[in-house]
Amino acid sequence: MVEEFRLDTEPTRDSDRRAELMLGALVCLVVVLLLGMFAFVLYQAWPSFSHNGLSWFGSRGNVDSQIQAIFNSGTSLGHEVYAFHGWPLIWGTALVVGGAVTIAFVCSLFVAVFIVEFAPDALRRVLEPVVRLLASVPSVIYGLVGVFVLVPLIGNHLITQGSKASVQGIITLNGYSLLAGVAILTVMVAPVMVAIFSDGLRAVPRGWIEASLGLGINKWRTVWKIGVRTARPAIVAGTVLATARALGEAVMLSMVCGVVSFAPNPADGWIFFVEPTRPLASTIIAFIDDLSTPPMRHTLYAIAAVLLLSAALLSFGGWAAKQPMKRYGART
Amino acid sequence: MEFLTPPPVRRLTGEESVTEPLGPTRGLPAPPGNGNGNGNGNGSAPASPLVGGRRRIASTPLAIDRMQAEALSVAYGRKPAVDSVSLPIRQGEVLALIGPSGCGKTTLLRSLNRLTELNKDVSQSGRITLDEVDIATLDPTALRRRVTMVFQQPNPFPMSVFDNVAYVLREQAARRPKRAALRGAVRDALARAGLLDELGDDLDHPALRLSGGQQQRLCIARALAADPEVLLLDEPCSALDPQSTQVIEDLIVRLREDVAVVIVTHNLQQAYRVADYVAFMYLGRLVEYGTAGQLFRTAREQRTREYVRGEFG
Amino acid sequence: MSLLELPVSQPGPRAPRAAQSPPWRLIDRVGLAVAWLLGLLFCALAGALVLYFLVQGIKYVRPSLFLTNPSPGFTATATGGFLDPMLGTMLVSAIAMAIALPIGIGVAVWLSEYGRPAALARVAESTIEMIAGTPSIVLALFGILLFESPALGFLSRSSEGVVFGRSFFAAGAMLSLVALPLVVSNVREGLEAIPDHVREASYALGKTKFATTRRVLLPAARPSVLTGAMLGAGRVIGDTAIIVVLLGATLTFDRSGSVPLLSTLRGTGSTLTYYVFYNAPTGEGNQPTKAYAAAFVLLMIVLALNVGVDIATRRSRRLRWSS
Ligand SMILES: Nc1ncnc2c1ncn2[C@@H]1O[C@H](COP(=O)(O)OP(=O)(O)OP(=O)(O)O)[C@@H](O)[C@H]1O
Ligand SMILES: [Mg+2]
Repeated sequence: MVEEFRLDTEPTRDSDRRAELMLGALVCLVVVLLLGMFAFVLYQAWPSFSHNGLSWFGSRGNVDSQIQAIFNSGTSLGHEVYAFHGWPLIWGTALVVGGAVTIAFVCSLFVAVFIVEFAPDALRRVLEPVVRLLASVPSVIYGLVGVFVLVPLIGNHLITQGSKASVQGIITLNGYSLLAGVAILTVMVAPVMVAIFSDGLRAVPRGWIEASLGLGINKWRTVWKIGVRTARPAIVAGTVLATARALGEAVMLSMVCGVVSFAPNPADGWIFFVEPTRPLASTIIAFIDDLSTPPMRHTLYAIAAVLLLSAALLSFGGWAAKQPMKRYGART
Repeated sequence: MEFLTPPPVRRLTGEESVTEPLGPTRGLPAPPGNGNGNGNGNGSAPASPLVGGRRRIASTPLAIDRMQAEALSVAYGRKPAVDSVSLPIRQGEVLALIGPSGCGKTTLLRSLNRLTELNKDVSQSGRITLDEVDIATLDPTALRRRVTMVFQQPNPFPMSVFDNVAYVLREQAARRPKRAALRGAVRDALARAGLLDELGDDLDHPALRLSGGQQQRLCIARALAADPEVLLLDEPCSALDPQSTQVIEDLIVRLREDVAVVIVTHNLQQAYRVADYVAFMYLGRLVEYGTAGQLFRTAREQRTREYVRGEFG
Repeated sequence: MSLLELPVSQPGPRAPRAAQSPPWRLIDRVGLAVAWLLGLLFCALAGALVLYFLVQGIKYVRPSLFLTNPSPGFTATATGGFLDPMLGTMLVSAIAMAIALPIGIGVAVWLSEYGRPAALARVAESTIEMIAGTPSIVLALFGILLFESPALGFLSRSSEGVVFGRSFFAAGAMLSLVALPLVVSNVREGLEAIPDHVREASYALGKTKFATTRRVLLPAARPSVLTGAMLGAGRVIGDTAIIVVLLGATLTFDRSGSVPLLSTLRGTGSTLTYYVFYNAPTGEGNQPTKAYAAAFVLLMIVLALNVGVDIATRRSRRLRWSS
């Protein structure tokens, strides 16, 4: 009997083990792929970083002419130029992403609260699918709106001849600007945030909301103190995802932010907002055709490495932000 | 359905007020032996719920009409849950709502502080007054500060125990008080709900990691901290051990002087122990309303008699 | 009721409470007003966007655009339509999903059904999260490195021994990484929604874990798999950076070799997103009407996928397990 039992099950148990091992191997493969990506990109980026040291992140001279020099040196073997000071790109990225994510965060939080708790039923039924649709619209379409609607608007109505003249010889103000980038990027990432935030808010147990209302706390405070508070993990997740999207957005920003690597200067007064800029990711797109020139290639991979590490940092930041929230969370 | 709605202000005399506890000492909780049925539904309701004594701590207080439901009907969609119920709620007396599962006790309770409004397909008719003012004319938030509810399912917030109780103090205060200033009030509320000793000084304990019964007492403490005028308790002892049930029952009896207390319970002994008046509901209707002694001993309606004897429900 | 007598005066006032805030403070009212304002603004914005593209799309979409290929030129009539980019979109998303689905399902199954050793599970989870957060332009550059390498060079065009690393294969493979996190998270969610008693019932019948997963759990989670696949496909279709870098950005199919389908897959081409980018005023083509028309088609594809996701989630909700 026992023998029979063995005979019957051993092979299947073996195949089960094999299936588990194969799935495990697949998972390992994906992990290795990610590690490989870090390794490969950093390896390619190394020459640029090692030549510049920390000044890679600093600000000295004009980035565009540095890139030109790097490209030109590609033909002269042994005399490659690597000098690169990427501050204007980093500053541009920080401004565009920071601005868009900040505005989108505040607006999305209010909009999500509105949709989940305050909107009339009819409006809610329309809004929920619309939010999801807007969250999945390809970024290039948002870029198109920017180019056709926003950029001319800024170029023709916000920028005066006087302000154009004031920066003559340095940059041209034509509507392709920080403002356009921030505005369009806000519109692009806000639906992502709204979608994730409102999922989080919807998942808040009704009992907690009712308990608070039943204690005589008005609905706004209840939603804010109990609903939003409980949905914090979702809010962090949505913000991290939206920031990652904004950080990596290359094509759309290259359509609306302009083509020169200029670091908008807050000291310029309100012109600051209409000054052009070019974030890191757009820079890669702008020079992608020069990838075959070795020094250029290493420089572009260095930019990619900065993006990759920022994304990793962001991911880690999100994880770290969620840790203290677990303490009072639901029993697991 | 015939019953006299007593006039708003009166002094309770006679039968109820002089009912002596059968326990050893007057004024002390009934002996634990009587708590056997606690926490069970009416499934184990004994043949006679009158075994235990009535809890009385002080002599009968004044009874003041606080709330009044007049021909109140509530329906979920087209399904009626409460059907033209009229009923007074008095400060100074504890009202117990009893009745089989699904007879609309929770719905009635929720309509008293307008929580039914949260459900979009609830329709309601009739009138509820609080101190002679129609509650429909009040701001719901202001109403709910005066009429506070403890729910059937314990629902503490995902915060620390301290923050759970302090929440209502913080949010209702005109100026946000400091933590130190809240300490006393929080500990007092927890002590009154019989939770302080158990928790000791660990008020930072996550509320969701308390046991079910502790959570329920935390919710009661939270409601006490709100200092309501009318306290609605929906099966507050359903998850409690006999000991904690006693604490809560004592609390209810003590509270009734300052607060109008309505308690929903499936435990008939408990209803007999704590309530001055009992309302028996069946299929959304108020079948009988009367003093605890009358309803449990000499009910007018056949249904009530059967239910009280544990024959159905 | 003879019990009542001696009407007494009204009870004394309650002990004074601590100073109470009004039920609605000013800041609450302002907050609520802001929420309404922003909510309505959002509606207006969404409506304007949808309307804008509807109008532009209907204005510029012509049936002929679907049937002709892009050609160089300076006028709207000379530049042709977007047949090849449209086919390219389909081809590249088919490749991407063909890779992402099996891997994604495998990873999701492992995470939800096996998940041991726990350390590997944690690492795998953060890996998926990291991939979701990786900019697609970085994935594209990584793809160049992979497909330029001699080992994978045969998958893309080469001339005189130099491999360019650009092909439908390359783009599809890297785009599958864009879709992977969405597939994994949705399938996993679907699997974890199945209560344990279903698994136990299957084990009780003597089925192995793997057979249970394949024959019971995955069929039950099919709506979630579908949702993940469609959400993933939506992201793949919308991506531009990987297309610009890895697909070679030739507007029409540029085949490599002579085997019918394989030559296309090893060759370069473009997609609708690239076509829009190319025809925007900032692109090299600069044919706004074409950009609008292609954007409209893209939007319709995304809309169709969204409707599909809606139907799938509704179905999965109907099948929701009663626990
Ligand atoms: N949210 C709801 N939607 C629809 N019907 C409901 C809802 N809540 C309660 N009901 C119905 O209303 C009736 C009364 O329910 P209620 O919760 O008031 O009963 P109850 O007396 O509190 O029962 P229990 O003793 O089990 O708590 C029930 O028949 C129930 O089906
Ligand atoms: Mg109930």
